[in-house]
Amino acid sequence: MNEALLRSLTPSVLGILVRRGADFAAAEDAVQDALVEAVRVWPADAPQDPKGWLVTVAWRRFLDARRSDAARRRREDLVDEEPTPGPAPAVDDTLQLYFLCAHPSLTPSSAVALTLRAVGGLTTRQIAQAYLVPEATMAQRISRAKRTLSGVRFDQPGDVATVLRVLYLVFNEGYSGDVDLAAEAIRLTRQLAARADHPEVAGLLALMLLHHARRATRTAPDGSLVPLAEQDRDRWDTESIAEGVEILQAALARDRLGEFQAQAAIAALHADAPTAGETDWVQIVEWYDELVRLTDSPVVRLNRAVAVGEADGPRAGLAALAALDDSLPRHTAVAAYLQERDGALTTAARLYAEAARKAPNLAERDYLTRRAAHLNTRRRC
Amino acid sequence: MAKYLLLKHYRGAPAAVNDVPMDQWTPEEISAHVQYMSDFAARLEQTGEFVDGQALAPEGAWVRYDGEGRPPVTDGPFAETKDLIAGWMVIDVDSYERAVELAGELSAAPGAAGKPIHEWLEVRPFLAASPTITECPHR
Repeated sequence: MNEALLRSLTPSVLGILVRRGADFAAAEDAVQDALVEAVRVWPADAPQDPKGWLVTVAWRRFLDARRSDAARRRREDLVDEEPTPGPAPAVDDTLQLYFLCAHPSLTPSSAVALTLRAVGGLTTRQIAQAYLVPEATMAQRISRAKRTLSGVRFDQPGDVATVLRVLYLVFNEGYSGDVDLAAEAIRLTRQLAARADHPEVAGLLALMLLHHARRATRTAPDGSLVPLAEQDRDRWDTESIAEGVEILQAALARDRLGEFQAQAAIAALHADAPTAGETDWVQIVEWYDELVRLTDSPVVRLNRAVAVGEADGPRAGLAALAALDDSLPRHTAVAAYLQERDGALTTAARLYAEAARKAPNLAERDYLTRRAAHLNTRRRC
Repeated sequence: MAKYLLLKHYRGAPAAVNDVPMDQWTPEEISAHVQYMSDFAARLEQTGEFVDGQALAPEGAWVRYDGEGRPPVTDGPFAETKDLIAGWMVIDVDSYERAVELAGELSAAPGAAGKPIHEWLEVRPFLAASPTITECPHR
């Protein structure tokens, strides 16, 4: 049983049903039924044309469902409308499906859930496990999303920026349970990149590949955080890095810069450096200047201050930091780091401890607490 | 998406506005209160924001390791406690603002005289187990 094949066929089968006039929610249910049927039947009797098989079965399920609750006359009309069986149309609707699932009328969490189910072909249970919520909660989230979309026309042009944001949300959820969401996000973005000719799609794919290449080294076996400078670069996935860099270069050559391309460029500069000391911080600062221009995000300005601190020294970094609101996430952690590099160990230790209290996750809290403890111990010696 | 813990307190939190001990409510008032809470949870199940929730008994104990080969020390039922958790609910929502909005609604549960109790609820974000990399490329 080829689960990957089933998952890759899901979006186009769903797209075909919707294109034929089924409403999204009913089509989605019918496709799920067809997938269950495929899992049951295929091991003994694999079809020659798996996609055509799925379309036929899903369409019948859809019609059955409609027939069971429609009037007799309505049923007869539908039978008339039923297309003659044959090869599935070559038109690829997957792209539309991406846009539909990331529709701006959905909340981010609903858009993510719907994308994973309708485009990714994951089961509700798998998605629920990945997000650590009860299956019933996730089922409701998905069916509410489908209801929200019931009035949306399938051929409405989508917003690629929204789709990319949803995919990046999936990527950042990382790994939990038996579904690797980072890998799933890369798979979906790859699929999208093959269909949508857009430099920012390529930019996001490159960014994901470059980040993912470092994944194994970002945490120690005990789960503690390993900062970039201390990561074992021999264990970075060079194949992934090479692919990311190549995709990024092709995108940049098209001269339509966007924030994902700029972020990927920064990630590529980190990945390219043979040692942390050889990182081209000057060029990284230049990319951050581009990012600030593109997004005007305070978080980007904060990250830029770190880069400035590396390129021009901690004092310059602290000056850049002073211009920013100190309530920004990780502002205190950055201040602590720059103070430490500047030799102000007492201030740094106090700031690390304060940053630890504000940390958004356990790994960061532990890391910052250890930094504070380390400095406090050193001062006592 | 982020998970938040909503905590109700028996004591320790600032006093509610409509601060009448529950044992002095009428049975109907108590029923209305309980109904409000269960409707609230049911509604969050519908929106896909409910994760889990339980009520806790007022009794409990402090427990501490007391050395090799010895039974743990217990300090009786919260002998010196300043705080006591009455119940909790875990929600999974899109934003901190949404978590605060929901806690506000929960705090409006009816109490004595059928009026909202304006109870103080504690809203605490969960620390995620694994770091995300959205906002910090230097990891």
